[in-house]
Amino acid sequence: MTIASSSPPSRLPLGGAEGAGTKQRTRRAPTRESQGDGRLAAVFIAPALLGFAVFLLWPTLRGIYLSFTRFNLLTPAEWVGLDNYVRMVNDPIFWDSLVVTVEYVVINIGVQTVSALAIAVLLQRLTQSAVLRGIVLTPYLMSNVVAGIVWLWILDTQLGIGNEIIAGLGFDRIPFLADETWAVPTIALINVWRHVGYTALLLFAGLMAIPKDMYEAAKVDGASEWRMFWRITMPLLRPVLAVVLIMTVIGSFQVFDTVAVTTAGGPANATNVLQYYIYGAAFGRFQFGYASAMSVALLVVLSAITVLQYRLTRAGQSDLG
Amino acid sequence: MRTILALAGALTLSLATGCAQSGAAGSGGNTVTYWLWDANQLLAYQACAKGFEKQNPGLKVKITQLGWGDYWTKLTASFIAGTEPDVFTDHIQTFGQFADLQVLEPLDDLGIDNSAYQAGLGANWTGEDGHRYGAPKDWDTVALFYNQKMVKEAGLTAQELNTLSWNPKDGGTFEKAIAHLTVDKNGRRGDEAGFDKNNVSVYGMATGGAGDADGQTTWSPFVASAGWHYTDKARWGTKYQYDSETFQSVVDWYFGLAKKGYLAPFTDYTDGANPANAQVASGKAATAFDGAWMISTYYGTKGLEVGTAPTPIGPTGKRATMMNGLADSITKNARNKEGAKKWVRYLASNECQKTVGGYGIVFPATPDGTDAAVAAYEKKGIDVSAFTEPVTDKKDSTTFSFPITDYAADVYSLMRPAMQDVYANDAPVSGLTKTNDQINLVLGQ
Repeated sequence: MTIASSSPPSRLPLGGAEGAGTKQRTRRAPTRESQGDGRLAAVFIAPALLGFAVFLLWPTLRGIYLSFTRFNLLTPAEWVGLDNYVRMVNDPIFWDSLVVTVEYVVINIGVQTVSALAIAVLLQRLTQSAVLRGIVLTPYLMSNVVAGIVWLWILDTQLGIGNEIIAGLGFDRIPFLADETWAVPTIALINVWRHVGYTALLLFAGLMAIPKDMYEAAKVDGASEWRMFWRITMPLLRPVLAVVLIMTVIGSFQVFDTVAVTTAGGPANATNVLQYYIYGAAFGRFQFGYASAMSVALLVVLSAITVLQYRLTRAGQSDLG
Repeated sequence: MRTILALAGALTLSLATGCAQSGAAGSGGNTVTYWLWDANQLLAYQACAKGFEKQNPGLKVKITQLGWGDYWTKLTASFIAGTEPDVFTDHIQTFGQFADLQVLEPLDDLGIDNSAYQAGLGANWTGEDGHRYGAPKDWDTVALFYNQKMVKEAGLTAQELNTLSWNPKDGGTFEKAIAHLTVDKNGRRGDEAGFDKNNVSVYGMATGGAGDADGQTTWSPFVASAGWHYTDKARWGTKYQYDSETFQSVVDWYFGLAKKGYLAPFTDYTDGANPANAQVASGKAATAFDGAWMISTYYGTKGLEVGTAPTPIGPTGKRATMMNGLADSITKNARNKEGAKKWVRYLASNECQKTVGGYGIVFPATPDGTDAAVAAYEKKGIDVSAFTEPVTDKKDSTTFSFPITDYAADVYSLMRPAMQDVYANDAPVSGLTKTNDQINLVLGQ
């Protein structure tokens, strides 16, 4: 990794290889050997393709179909046209849960990205320790449900050790998960705690790809760390940062498990995020048609946000080289 | 290439048959599969299964216990996947939905005689279509658990707690008692001058949450003893009555106890981390309304001396407590339906219920089974009369059932946030009228 990043990447060898490949392909296309390659490629692709079709493509298509039906999973689906969508548009709880979700995503992604970036830069500029990198990743190794339950216990108003400490310091106890003002930020921060290390490592990998000689040159020119961060690190990290943002925003919109184990959507729907509302409609009330319609809405929202983010951050282009 | 394809094919085939096998594992043929959620009851039902197997040579019962939280999710998934148990423990609030989804087997030909069980338990399991979907197995009621030491320190006696009464105007002797049991940081009691309601160290009454749609262990003893009913009919009603003035005024008074500092605030309640019994166990609350299924838990808490008292007498002049009964249901696609029917008939028999009663963990549905349980509790030194008297003594007490209607899950999902809003956010109780309208709209579909 260090060797690769120490020499600036060049387009030449890559382009050369491409050229050679095309030539070879045209020359060797009709031979039996190349047909064998195609078959072998198909075999290699097949498992992934099968997984994609079975676990992604088919459920998505079927979900879209079910969103136009009344369906309780156990008796055949009944076509109802746009009924579910009309109901969704007129459902105040749906809109409320969308607002709650956005509020969660903004806090979660905002705090997480800034902290992850800070951790990644510190890791890159100050230490090479693999142990430290390991420690940073530790919370991510815990399952979301376990993390949620542990924090539920720590933050319990009456019995939690967190609140015991707060009370011991002479402050009022804080109902972190039982009060409508605190609940969403608390859940957002629990998930920041769990995911920040992983996000930091992704960004760290991006930082490692930035050629070291740029920093050396900047140092020779007398640039400060702060200036180097804004003039070198940020611009060159942008494509990686954009991809990380797109991934984490999508993940964040799908928050479910932490809510399910800490607040179950309460108090008074204050943490009723969209995924939790969808789950309740489907597995609590057996309204799989309506739940599918809301899932399609979430899919549309996420697709739109992803396209927008991709465009705004020019994720496909690099400023390097 | 061909080898790879063959391998892949073999793998897929083995996976597919593997799934089918594990789904049907242990069922069909000579085995009856049975699911229950209460780990405390596992031993008792294993003993029942032994008796059953002795009487029915060749038949075997395979019992699976799953925690309450996973039970319903797994059961639902099993119906979808076709891996459901032959027989399972059913709840009064779910069987309507299951019957509607056509996953339950009607049990009309089992010969269940309602008069063989405590009043009301048998009839509750008749669906809207007139068919029976459950064979009665046990029942529970709600009473007041209290910390004996705290009661003594407050100068109250068991006799006083057994004869409390309440009303929605001044709360009666009940409110006086829990006010007196409340102690603030400076040691002042809730009924003393200078009581600091914002810094309470022991609440008179633990919080059990906002009670959702039924208030089983929270507000239901009060609304019912004020003469209110959930729905317009005892079973399969078409209208809920959360818009009634009686209901709203009682709920207002009940959650008002939290504003006075006597009832622990909503923020102190967590289902997983800090339920009512944990608040009593940790000394943060002096009393808690809780169900008979919690008797072993309260009495088993180390360092806590517990007493129980019946629910207080209300404006109707009677006490009221929710009496809920569980039943065993057979699934429509049971692999061993004949065996399942035999097993359910045995589970509902006096013989099995007496065996279960002997373990002193739950009240079986037959009177003999109940007596066996009372005797077993007595042996452990536990007086359960606060739970049993409302069932036997109809002069001073009434019992009522969970609301039995269609769309129970929808009612729950609408009422839960609405009640939390009243308790946690001080929303006016009159807002429940709008929620009630929404519920009745759903029911009228």
